[in-house]
Amino acid sequence: MPEKKIRVLIAKPGLDGHDRGAKIIARALRDAGMEVIYTGLRQTPEMIASAAVQEDVDVIGLSILSGAHNTICPQLMTLLREKGMSDVTVLVGGIIPEADIPAMKQSGIAEIFLPGTSTQDIVTFIHKRLAR
Amino acid sequence: MSDKVKGTTTTITTGDAPAAPREPSSQERAWEKNTLRPTLEKSPERQTEFTTISGYPIRRLYTPADLPGWDPNRDLGFPGEPPYTRGIHSTMHRGRLWTMRQFAGFGTAEDTNQRFRYLLAQGQTGLSTAFDLPTLMGYDSDHPLSEGEVGKCGVAISSLADMEVLFDKIPLANVTTSMTINSPAAVIWAMYLAVAEKQGADWKKLSGTLQNDILKEYIAQKEYIYPPEPSMRLVIDTFEFGVKNTPKFNPISISGYHIREAGSTAIQELAFTLRDGMEYVEYGMRRGLDVDQFVPQLSFFFNAHNDFFEEIAKYRAARRIWHKAMVERYGAKNPRTWALRFHTQTAGCSLTAQQPYNNVVRTALQAMAAVLGGTQSLHTNSLDEAWALPTEFAATIALRTQQIIAHETGVTNTVDPLGGSYFVETLTNEVERGAWDYIEKIDAMGGMVAAIERSYPQREIAEASYKYQVAVDKKEKIIVGVNDYVATEKALDILQIDETVAHRQAERLTKLRADRSKSEVDRRLNALRKTAEGKDNLMPFLFDAVKSYATVGEICDALREVFGTYEEVAIT
Repeated sequence: MPEKKIRVLIAKPGLDGHDRGAKIIARALRDAGMEVIYTGLRQTPEMIASAAVQEDVDVIGLSILSGAHNTICPQLMTLLREKGMSDVTVLVGGIIPEADIPAMKQSGIAEIFLPGTSTQDIVTFIHKRLAR
Repeated sequence: MSDKVKGTTTTITTGDAPAAPREPSSQERAWEKNTLRPTLEKSPERQTEFTTISGYPIRRLYTPADLPGWDPNRDLGFPGEPPYTRGIHSTMHRGRLWTMRQFAGFGTAEDTNQRFRYLLAQGQTGLSTAFDLPTLMGYDSDHPLSEGEVGKCGVAISSLADMEVLFDKIPLANVTTSMTINSPAAVIWAMYLAVAEKQGADWKKLSGTLQNDILKEYIAQKEYIYPPEPSMRLVIDTFEFGVKNTPKFNPISISGYHIREAGSTAIQELAFTLRDGMEYVEYGMRRGLDVDQFVPQLSFFFNAHNDFFEEIAKYRAARRIWHKAMVERYGAKNPRTWALRFHTQTAGCSLTAQQPYNNVVRTALQAMAAVLGGTQSLHTNSLDEAWALPTEFAATIALRTQQIIAHETGVTNTVDPLGGSYFVETLTNEVERGAWDYIEKIDAMGGMVAAIERSYPQREIAEASYKYQVAVDKKEKIIVGVNDYVATEKALDILQIDETVAHRQAERLTKLRADRSKSEVDRRLNALRKTAEGKDNLMPFLFDAVKSYATVGEICDALREVFGTYEEVAIT
């Protein structure tokens, strides 16, 4: 029986429209055999959490370059908990000061990928994390 | 081939003629046989192919054989004269250095005003304003969607009151200002003009630039609010207003920077930017504006990326293409219509989070390319670009980079120093040719708005950016400190912006709404809405609205009610 494909939601939360990274990750994960849903721009945490439930995803990838991560991430993590989606792997990519990373991980974010990360590293991380 | 005047159009043949076959001289053939071949047999070259960063193949050596039919009078010309390959002024940087115009903005208007005055005191010669995301997207600082975003990517401006603080102790009559704002550009411009009026500055002498390039938002930066047609109406309203009221102000900065940052190649950056420019010219002419009156006020904005010679070729080709297009497509007669003026910013996307001090070097080399390419104005990025907005320390080094190039390197001693180089002239021809291919493709689609609706430039950019990432991941492209020459390092001290900005703004807005005349605001917003539904120029109504202290959000919402909002079809 073929293994169920890993389902990933790539999301652009907040007002920022810079989507080069989000689109590249979406394509790279698709090329690596995952099912990828891209939310498009200007998503609120509510919209992302709802999409994650609706699409029944294993992974959520947030692309945040705007400096709004300390507002967006806690809101999303709370919503995911409320919707019973605490076991979804949440990843963040973008412009994140190193000083903010420990708190983000404490809140349940599995990993933060900074500029310069290779797409292969992200694919590998997901496979390892989901053990498939 | 010489110029042929046919009525109001002239046909110009420049380096975009089809490529003739390369025929090396007998001396070159002898060199290949006697000197090159033995070397290659002993030690092959490091790579089988050498390409520009955009993937364009580069030959081992460029000789006259690469420029068959090249005519220095037709293709190179003289600076300050068509085809402007060598520059738009006859003395270029010998006459006047480019404007050192550092993009700055963060936190509150007070914070940014302080940074503005610091940079001016350190020797920068023009201002450039970065606005925060809520302002860019037409929301007040206290709008629910602004949460977490206030003052983070630029300065928070919600009303004329904020704008007045932003330019406190800065005489707009004497300092030129660029404002990086697009969807709400006309609103912010109205605020700027109101501040100028209050300061007693003469609008007819006011100089500066409004980015106001909505086409590249749909293509690359995605900070659009309204759909294309009403957005273009707003832009042309600013052109029309500018011709009559602010003849020295650039109501637009037609941008390739963001297109390149989104991952396009150099040729795509050039082609899409210039074709955007032509689209604005056509819309302006359809409005009844005289091409020789409004086009001289249009300015351009390019990226300065890593591939040194490709970038220089790009700027030279840009000038040649624009001149040809203005003459052949629109019958322009004014040399100021023909001469492409541009600002450059070094490539933010090329800077690394790893080993950030390497970025000082990258920025310096990119800035050099922009100078050698004949830019009129320049922003150099700070070393902490990949981590945060610039600290004062990092912003100062970036400014000093320009000052060192200007005063210590000697490159400004002569105009277009690379002119006549077999390599640079060939590359200029090739980049021009590649750009015309794209331009003609977009013409065939019905123009840039049509191409955008088909997602054509968006798809080209997505493809180019993915190809580039694959090459980096495979280490076919080396990025020092990232996929090679990696080292562990300690964290950088970076600029922190916290939520106190948002709280201050919220307090200010509460006070503003209490102090102003609500009935007057409502009356002016109604007049604005009514005009938006019709065809009259919106600028006077925006001016009235901002002077009553209607906020950015209120004004943009009034226009949202009439114009609707835009959602793109996402391409991955």
